[in-house]
Amino acid sequence: MSALLGVDAVTKVFGGVRAVDGCSLEVAEGSVTALVGPNGSGKTTLFNIITGYLGADGGRVTFAGRDVTGRDPGRLYRDGLSRTFQQARVFPQLSVLENLVVAAGYGWTRLFTPRVGRADRERADELLDEFRLAPVADLLAAELSYGQRKLLEFAAVLMSSPRLVLLDEPTAGVNPVMIETMERHIRSRNAAGITFLIVEHDMTFVMRLCDPVIVLDAGRQIFSGRPDEVQNNPLVLDAYLGG
Amino acid sequence: MSRAGVARGGGFFLLLLALPFFGLAHWVVNLLVFVLMFAIMASAWNLVGGFAGYPSLGHAAFFGIGAYSMALMFHGAALSSGYEPFVALPLIGLVGAVIGWPIAIISMRTRADVFAIVTITFLFMIQTLAFNVRSLTGGSQGLSLPVAPFPAASYERPFYLVLVAMLAVAMLLTFGAMRSKIGLSLVAVRADEDKARGIGVRVSGVKVLAFSVSVGLTAMVGGVWAYYETFIYPQFAVDPLITIAVVLMTFLGGRATLWGPVLGAVILEAGQQTLAYRLGGSQFYLIAYALVFLVIMLLLPRGILPTLEERIRLRRRARVANAPDTPGAARTADAGRVALAPGGRS
Ligand SMILES: Nc1ncnc2c1ncn2[C@@H]1O[C@H](COP(=O)(O)OP(=O)(O)OP(=O)(O)O)[C@@H](O)[C@H]1O
Ligand SMILES: [Mg+2]
Repeated sequence: MSALLGVDAVTKVFGGVRAVDGCSLEVAEGSVTALVGPNGSGKTTLFNIITGYLGADGGRVTFAGRDVTGRDPGRLYRDGLSRTFQQARVFPQLSVLENLVVAAGYGWTRLFTPRVGRADRERADELLDEFRLAPVADLLAAELSYGQRKLLEFAAVLMSSPRLVLLDEPTAGVNPVMIETMERHIRSRNAAGITFLIVEHDMTFVMRLCDPVIVLDAGRQIFSGRPDEVQNNPLVLDAYLGG
Repeated sequence: MSRAGVARGGGFFLLLLALPFFGLAHWVVNLLVFVLMFAIMASAWNLVGGFAGYPSLGHAAFFGIGAYSMALMFHGAALSSGYEPFVALPLIGLVGAVIGWPIAIISMRTRADVFAIVTITFLFMIQTLAFNVRSLTGGSQGLSLPVAPFPAASYERPFYLVLVAMLAVAMLLTFGAMRSKIGLSLVAVRADEDKARGIGVRVSGVKVLAFSVSVGLTAMVGGVWAYYETFIYPQFAVDPLITIAVVLMTFLGGRATLWGPVLGAVILEAGQQTLAYRLGGSQFYLIAYALVFLVIMLLLPRGILPTLEERIRLRRRARVANAPDTPGAARTADAGRVALAPGGRS
């Protein structure tokens, strides 16, 4: 398998904090890769750099064989690189359906077409059904529970038919039933060809779902391998216990 | 458009068209002329300040740009029918939009609060120019326009009808935006601009588009105003109070709604003009503005229409939820999808 995403010696410094410190890693096409690490190890910062929300102080990011370092996040999104946020970000003043439609990555000319056209509706309906959001399609996103909002954010970034989806703690603050739902969606989408990179603290979730697992500590990769190898790795134990 | 919406819009504009033929007193028609000017400007401001959530404080600059464009075009000209300046209005709108375009590109890179400062700075810049570029503007001496050769008995009527047409355009543009992906994108920008950009929404494009259209319309109103007044002075043509009035009207009626700015303009401008007429002018209306602003902030932070709509929606939902045999309240939320989205981030 070839690498769909490559991170090469990426560094990000906030004041005196080296949040990401010469980090290199690869995500293979078709995988569900986990990115774990103690709090503050730079996982979210790395996500922000990969997706273009933050500029890096050094290093390169490649996606699908091209150098995309510092590229505009909207352009990356339209090119197939989607992400969700640690704190789910949906548009509270838009309905659930509209939250999906607005995320479809439409071009200039479509701006002048109906707010929710027939084609949009059909496309969104598939996702609404799949994510069991159809009953709340016409509610404002503000009225959803936090777990439903996370689900909606996830469903929305699928509207653009991405190749790679980065999920930042998809199960945090979500009830157990919803976690199972989330897991099922990731699996089925992965089977359909989407690659995932998932930041997650819930290790049982990671063990069930992800392979390989990458461990980050103090802004750099200290381990990459099969999930069953992670727990016995001395470096990893040290990072979590010694932190 | 829903049938009720067509009926409401059609009825409103029929009434507007019929009004001047009821033999109203001059001061009443004059009042209506000003109500219309402000209704158009508030609707225009709403595209940027309401939908996109970028509170421009510089719109009065574009009012002034329109007024001076009109004055410069017709200063010293002889009119035959009197309709020539009206024919020039689209050109004035274009001038406003073209000047607004780079202003938007520069100022909308910033966030809403910085944007407010940048736009008000632009306003004072234009005001300074109006006072000081005497060769062009006549400085504080002002600039005269030819008096329209309309019959005295119905002098205001052509101005009034042109303004009704412009209000129709402003509201149709607003409606079109709300019903298209432009409105969808603008609401996303208002709610969470970074996220919107990150999911491929054409953030810069829709902001600049909304701003250009908005200030173009505002410039057109300035043009009509200049012709109506026949003499313009910099302190009135580029007046921060115009911006303040327009912002207040939009906040009062309801930001990011179709009818809110119009409602706000009717209430505030009619109220102010009536007071001015009855009390003989004075600066009294400034105090009234301050009071209205306080009332809005305290009682209706989201404006009249969104507050009413929310009440209706909650009541309808409660009724359906209480009724037997209705599976879940989810269905009742259709009211929430009317694009009269609740208030912005500001
Ligand atoms: N915008 C910022 N400004 C300053 N420091 C920051 C900023 N963002 C992150 N940091 C710091 O960078 C380090 C890495 O933070 P980051 O959020 O990437 O960690 P994380 O691995 O996602 O942690 P968590 O598991 O708690 O989400 C932390 O020390 C954090 O305080
Ligand atoms: Mg994080």
